[in-house]
Amino acid sequence: MLTETIETVPIRSSEDIVRVRQKVRFHADAMGMSLIDQTKIITAASEIARNTFEYGGGGELLLEILRDGARRGLRVTFSDEGPGIADIEQAMSDHFTTGGGLGLGLGGAKRLVNEFDIKSQPGEGTRISLIRWK
Amino acid sequence: MDKIPILKVGKCLLVTIHIDMHDRLAMALQDDLTNAIVSTRAKGVLIDVSALEIVDSFIGRMLSNIASASRVLDAVTIVVGMRPHVAITLVELGVQLSGIQTARNVDKGLETINRLIEQSESTDADGDD
Repeated sequence: MLTETIETVPIRSSEDIVRVRQKVRFHADAMGMSLIDQTKIITAASEIARNTFEYGGGGELLLEILRDGARRGLRVTFSDEGPGIADIEQAMSDHFTTGGGLGLGLGGAKRLVNEFDIKSQPGEGTRISLIRWK
Repeated sequence: MDKIPILKVGKCLLVTIHIDMHDRLAMALQDDLTNAIVSTRAKGVLIDVSALEIVDSFIGRMLSNIASASRVLDAVTIVVGMRPHVAITLVELGVQLSGIQTARNVDKGLETINRLIEQSESTDADGDD
């Protein structure tokens, strides 16, 4: 599988969450993704970007285009150096929240993409990758 | 800071969300709209989301909060113009938008809201007899 890095986007404010949505939209559109697929990955990215900002204390988005034979996809990876997640299974379940949100962020985002990967350790930050294939 | 304008039309407040809102702007709209319901004595709130390309859980929660607060303040809220790809994505995300009335466009929304206002006013009148 070929991976092409496009760009990184810092996540330091709630305005940056809007920038994440705009960047993901731009690249999803540029690679010819359908409107519904674009909307799903943008919405999923928005949820995770907010987690990165609110719980991770800010971080970074890495945007990559994947090529697997004839198949192309967009991978968005969010990383932070925040407190990390002790119980990932619990954090993935709907309606679990440590903040004031609906608690749909992680589980909801996972439903909107084709592949979802989360790596986290208490004290060592969190890294979440989402892939939507075209 | 940007602000989402709130217009008074008859007994109704009309809000068109025309930009991709960041979270603080969404919170400000929620507060402004709740205050405006009281200060203008509006009986209905119509929120046009037809320009929105995505609605995530945060914006979804804002819409639910506005609907709940307006109900407590004796006003009805109708969300109009949600795009189909936005609607299907919201459902898959798991956002229920429970308690929110919807309509296809502003015209239909105003029709519904005026009917609801008339109903509630005639019930009030009955209660006075």
